Amino acid sequence: MSSRTVEMELQTPTLDAEGRVRHVPLGVSDSAYEEGFGSEHMLVNIGPQHPATHGVLRLVLELEGETVLRCIPHIGYLHSGFEKLGEYRQYNQLIPLTDRTDYLSPMANNVGLALAVEKLMGIELTERCKVLRVIACEMSRIISHLVWLGTTGIDLGAYTPFLWSFQERERIYNLQEAWTGARLTTSLTRVGGLMADIPEGWEDGLREFCRTFPSTLDEVDTMFTRNAIWIGRTQDVGTMSREDAINYSLSGPMLRASAVDYDVRKDRPYLDYETYDFDVPVGEHGDIYDRYTVRMEEMRQSNRILEQALDRLRPGPINVDDPRVILPPKSRAMSDMEAMIYHFKQVMEGVKPPAGEAYMGIENPKGELGYYMVSDGSAKPVRWRIRPPSFINIAALPRMCEGALLSDVIAINASVDIVMGEVDR
Amino acid sequence: MTATAESAALSPSVARLRARFGDAILGAAVVCGDTIVHVANGQAHDILAWLRDDPAEQFNYLTDITAVEYRDTELPFEVVYQLRSLDRKADLRIKIPLDPTKDLEVATVWDLWKGADWLEREAYDMFGVAFKGHPDLRRLLMWETYVEGYPLRKSFPLRGHFTRAEQTRQALGANPEAHYSMEELSIAEANTDLPQDVRERLARGERGVLR
Repeated sequence: MSSRTVEMELQTPTLDAEGRVRHVPLGVSDSAYEEGFGSEHMLVNIGPQHPATHGVLRLVLELEGETVLRCIPHIGYLHSGFEKLGEYRQYNQLIPLTDRTDYLSPMANNVGLALAVEKLMGIELTERCKVLRVIACEMSRIISHLVWLGTTGIDLGAYTPFLWSFQERERIYNLQEAWTGARLTTSLTRVGGLMADIPEGWEDGLREFCRTFPSTLDEVDTMFTRNAIWIGRTQDVGTMSREDAINYSLSGPMLRASAVDYDVRKDRPYLDYETYDFDVPVGEHGDIYDRYTVRMEEMRQSNRILEQALDRLRPGPINVDDPRVILPPKSRAMSDMEAMIYHFKQVMEGVKPPAGEAYMGIENPKGELGYYMVSDGSAKPVRWRIRPPSFINIAALPRMCEGALLSDVIAINASVDIVMGEVDR
Repeated sequence: MTATAESAALSPSVARLRARFGDAILGAAVVCGDTIVHVANGQAHDILAWLRDDPAEQFNYLTDITAVEYRDTELPFEVVYQLRSLDRKADLRIKIPLDPTKDLEVATVWDLWKGADWLEREAYDMFGVAFKGHPDLRRLLMWETYVEGYPLRKSFPLRGHFTRAEQTRQALGANPEAHYSMEELSIAEANTDLPQDVRERLARGERGVLR
């Protein structure tokens, strides 16, 4: 093995022999620092590889001193063409793709997709399936908000709540694993039902979580809600007025923090959400602090919904009795001619909704997740459009950042709660 | 959920739209419980503005903008707007049919809803729909020098127009530093303010490409 010698410069690389700055950031003059300092605008590039951009988001900032004059987000680094791929897949084969868009709340995405296809086909779900899907949605809301809470805490310099929230998240992940066999890519739903029923004794685990989870929220509340540093970093930062929030099409906690009382679960109920007793927290000022309080309260409300759903859970079928969408039981497929034909057609051709189109919006943790399906009567969609909540929320980032300080950009970006898998799809 | 979908009536907005815009309303239908209104391209902006501002309509929230191209080439290309009135809790889907063999061009609604900014850029990026009057209609998800076409068009194969070898060649031949060029940073005005030596350095290609 041959050895190689590498010559290294043994001096401070950014200073020349006279001690002047050699490599300067774009837009800063090569001359001595004091001369004309502050008269030039500086360009700062953050990302795409930066821990505070929560993925592969890239921000180009034009600064005057520390004030952001312009913020230009660049996205697309994680673009996977899911919508195009979906046009070459059967409806049930789209479900694994939805896991990979907003991968912090995969179960809720699965539910959204199944609901969209069921709306297209006019399928009425079984009672147990509805309750289990509500449980899946609310578990997703809790884990997604916990990730948001922990990472935003880290971005603003608080490490401990991150550990607490990730411990709680781990408990839900264990429940997800017990239910679906996967922690991240759950692929829980099928058109007309679910991939699997919950295993025996699973409810006890969730009940135990519901009982103990609020105490963790109380601890985080103690750390943040009246913390002077937290308040200083978040109050009146990144404010969106009520009018702006609507005009920028924000949704979810971002919209509600700006004093707009709109929740898809209340205003366009699906899965019998209108029969559950829960409150929709609404902020006042539209700043980061209000987004924090809204999400904290949403987790408590999700916990309430989970408890109610567990009380409602009765034995029964999880799948609709409809051979167009659901495989017959294996024993019947092997013994009954008709069942075998349905089995064959299901496997070889897939679910075939009638020609038409449907838009189904559900209240995902990040905002309104919409699936717009256009069918021409074949087994593959003509168009599968995802209305990605964090894509639309992050589009308002320039509006929120301009005029703020550079350090606020990190806080504002964290407060939007983005997942790049969903932004880029 | 949608057992009554087919029997559901048209949204009352359709009658008001017909009374006001007449022939510009090409048709209306209820599909899966949602009202869809087809409008003529020329007056689409006026119609959308009226839907937003009229006190009886109040469609103040733009849920989504997208486009649909059918496999059936007889069917028109459609630009789709999902509108919502937050106060009235009503939805309306507006569609602009276009001829897919001609230039796809519609008026921007960025002046009505700022949320349309990225939605229109994405529709442009994926379908090549030109939104006239949009202040910054650039590619969004694909990179700016992407030349293979518009990925979500039906004429675009799943693996792209180019061969894998050509795609690899282009990727390897690309100047990764060019991603940090002034054009890509899109701060052209700031560029003119840069000191001469920095501009020369940029022009030599030491830090991106300056044209």
